[in-house]
Amino acid sequence: MKRFALAGNPNSGKTTLFNSLTGSTAHVGNWPGVTVEKKDGVYKKLNEKVSIIDLPGIYSLSPYTSEEVVARNYIIDENPDCVINIVDATNLERNLYLTTQLLEINVPMVIALNMIDVLNKEGTTIDIKALEDKLGVSVIAVSALRDDNLDELMQKAYEASKNPREGRTIIKNEEILHLIGDITRAFKGSKVNNPLFHAIKLIENDDLEIRNHENLVDMVTEFKKTFHDEIFGDDFEAIIADARYQYITEHFHSVKKVSKEKEEEQQNVKMNRSDKIDKVLTHKVFGLLLFAAILFTIFHLTFAEDILFIGKSGIFENVKPSFAGTAWEGLFWHKGGINSPGVMLFNAFDMTFGWFTGLVEGWMSGAPAWVSSFICEGVLAGLFAILGFLPQILVLFLFFAILEDTGYMARVAFIFDRMFRNFGLSGRAFIPMIMGFGCSVPAMVNTRTLADDRERTATIRVIPFFSCGAKLPILVAIGGGIAEAFKFKYVDIITYSMYAIGIIIAIICVLLMRHTSQKGVAAPFIMELPEYRLPQFRSLMVLLWDKAKHFVKKAFTVILASTIVIWFLTNFGWNWRMVEEIDQSILASLGQLIRPLFTPLGFGSQLTTIGWVFAVAAITGLIAKENVIATFITLGAIAVAALNKDPEFIAALEADENGIEASAAMIQATGISWQGCISFIAFNMLTIPCFAACATAKAELPKGQFKWTLLFWIAVSYIGCTVIYAILNLFPSNMGGAAYKAGQLAWAIPVSCAIIAIAVLTPFCIKWFNLIREKRTHKGA
Amino acid sequence: MLKRLDEFKIGETGLIKKVEGEGRLRRRLLDMGVTPNAKVYLRKKAPFGDPIEITIRGYELTLRNTEAQLIILEVEDEAK
Repeated sequence: MKRFALAGNPNSGKTTLFNSLTGSTAHVGNWPGVTVEKKDGVYKKLNEKVSIIDLPGIYSLSPYTSEEVVARNYIIDENPDCVINIVDATNLERNLYLTTQLLEINVPMVIALNMIDVLNKEGTTIDIKALEDKLGVSVIAVSALRDDNLDELMQKAYEASKNPREGRTIIKNEEILHLIGDITRAFKGSKVNNPLFHAIKLIENDDLEIRNHENLVDMVTEFKKTFHDEIFGDDFEAIIADARYQYITEHFHSVKKVSKEKEEEQQNVKMNRSDKIDKVLTHKVFGLLLFAAILFTIFHLTFAEDILFIGKSGIFENVKPSFAGTAWEGLFWHKGGINSPGVMLFNAFDMTFGWFTGLVEGWMSGAPAWVSSFICEGVLAGLFAILGFLPQILVLFLFFAILEDTGYMARVAFIFDRMFRNFGLSGRAFIPMIMGFGCSVPAMVNTRTLADDRERTATIRVIPFFSCGAKLPILVAIGGGIAEAFKFKYVDIITYSMYAIGIIIAIICVLLMRHTSQKGVAAPFIMELPEYRLPQFRSLMVLLWDKAKHFVKKAFTVILASTIVIWFLTNFGWNWRMVEEIDQSILASLGQLIRPLFTPLGFGSQLTTIGWVFAVAAITGLIAKENVIATFITLGAIAVAALNKDPEFIAALEADENGIEASAAMIQATGISWQGCISFIAFNMLTIPCFAACATAKAELPKGQFKWTLLFWIAVSYIGCTVIYAILNLFPSNMGGAAYKAGQLAWAIPVSCAIIAIAVLTPFCIKWFNLIREKRTHKGA
Repeated sequence: MLKRLDEFKIGETGLIKKVEGEGRLRRRLLDMGVTPNAKVYLRKKAPFGDPIEITIRGYELTLRNTEAQLIILEVEDEAK
């Protein structure tokens, strides 16, 4: 099968073209650099099938970024049958810069002149025939978005692929041409492919070439001594870049015919539509306010259960919930108000799953207990817990995709870059972090827009610390439990401070990582700001479909397997038989076993005999964070038995929907202190996220980083909660006698001192660590 | 008058005279068309004064002040 490679600038419509040609579902965004790896698909409309390879978007074939190296190596080493160079007609000058480099490679090539329709609308035309003559390859005007002329493009590419093409250069300076000729001949002599391309790169001091052709470096250096340019001296990198741009300016201005109006517009102070929008959206005050408003709206539309803020007014108190009395009760509205679209979708899925599980339970009534439990509580409950998120994840994704498609995300990066640089990140890292408050899964995928691998790893690792929607029930239930058990009035303070702790720890971790294991300053922020454009319905749907597909695939493989393991541990005892109550299960005894580990965190050995429930709840939370409170509710019965409470209390517990009563009962039964409770909430926020997020992290992180990331999450939650617990213990507990309080301080004071000492010493340790590392790499080299 | 790009005010135009820096950063600037004799128009600055956005070779480019500092330009007379 013939292979055609797509090469072009970022944001030139390359991925859209790829999707149109192959009917594939690669991700497209109005953001430079969305494709990081190469993708392939098949074009079927020619006489024979052709494989299309979508290379990452690049500005040049320099050796400095991984995208450029991927694209360059593919074209040079894999010998595609044809290169389709996609050129954005609205930005001819910079796009042709890459073309001049591609022309130097011995490979058949055609040019797809994209977005010509946009240009024509502005009244500008391009003389395609003249462009063809100057470049010496076929040029086809296309619109990747509307599928215009794509068949003709492929036909031309197919014809071009039949004949080899000799590379040629546009460099005109005779002295340099002479040198290029000499080196090219030397390369030809030693049977190097693409001699012209390699020769020019060698002259440009290209690192990769110098390493590969050391024998020729002397010759180049010798020549360079004799050469001197007035402006550039002997800076050949600049000389050649300049030569390319000069050639383009000289030859291609005549190709473009700009209409009079457009010309006048360009002459005057340049205020196009994008500028007018930017005047507001990147304004010092309004820009920030609008950003906050947009974010609020997105989260509100996705997660709010009372979209019109009418719950408090009581208007809906007497209204019957939608579908009252069915499995879908409260799908659209309930006594507390009207749901947001995100919640409606969530309910539609979640309630249907509940109804379906009920049906299956009915069918299974004759089957052995373990079979029905396995199907309903193991497989279905686990799968549905994860698939239930899908609608909200997709809604959140859709909103952010719209922002990305319109070009707004690039502005957000622009606005926040200054602030984020203090943490060693670029402004682009802001979006995934904010998305993390909704759900870690789309947030981690969104880190693809980060240019630097280390920056990306650091960002993915801290995303779970931005407490997601599923962690909110933990806050509500245990916060409420604390309020009830310790007569503490201000539940809101607990909630807000937990969010704040997450953010602070994320900042500390990013700072630490960017100075040690993921060392680096924020990558240079030299980015194209795309013009605003309307989002494309097709590309949005393609994106959502792609995400949904991946997510479902994961739910049925990794996640399903993990939930089955946890189900088994929860329902079976060491005798391999099913247990009546969870407290006899393998999981409970494991909880019992690892419980002492949590003592420094405040929810370990210091609790009463049933204190293992905290350890177990944290483990079940690995499937989905909702499970933490679900476990509390299931285990409520044990707490009641331990407390010997009156029937009234039991009734309250049974009516308990959000887990507040169960948490309060658990707090009383285990004798945990309020400090321990807060530490437990923090632990669930900071530790390994749910399976869905883990699977995403594994897919998105660079190879080999996932295991370290797991370790990182364990370490941060463990150390972080030890610190939180110790510091909180400096405040008196409202339980226990004088001896307890003395013991509390005896623990808190030395640990707090140690924390301060570590905080002071850390900068020195980092310096020392880096010094050792430097020495080691020097030795290695 | 020669001036570095980070000292430019919004709305000022200049002709690039020299691009300093080295390695990857400089190459990136050159590849993006930030080469001597290119005309630059400072379009806007971010709310915190950094990064900045310029128009060069007919498109919009964003860069930080640390990178802008590497670019030396001849300020164009506004009267022209």
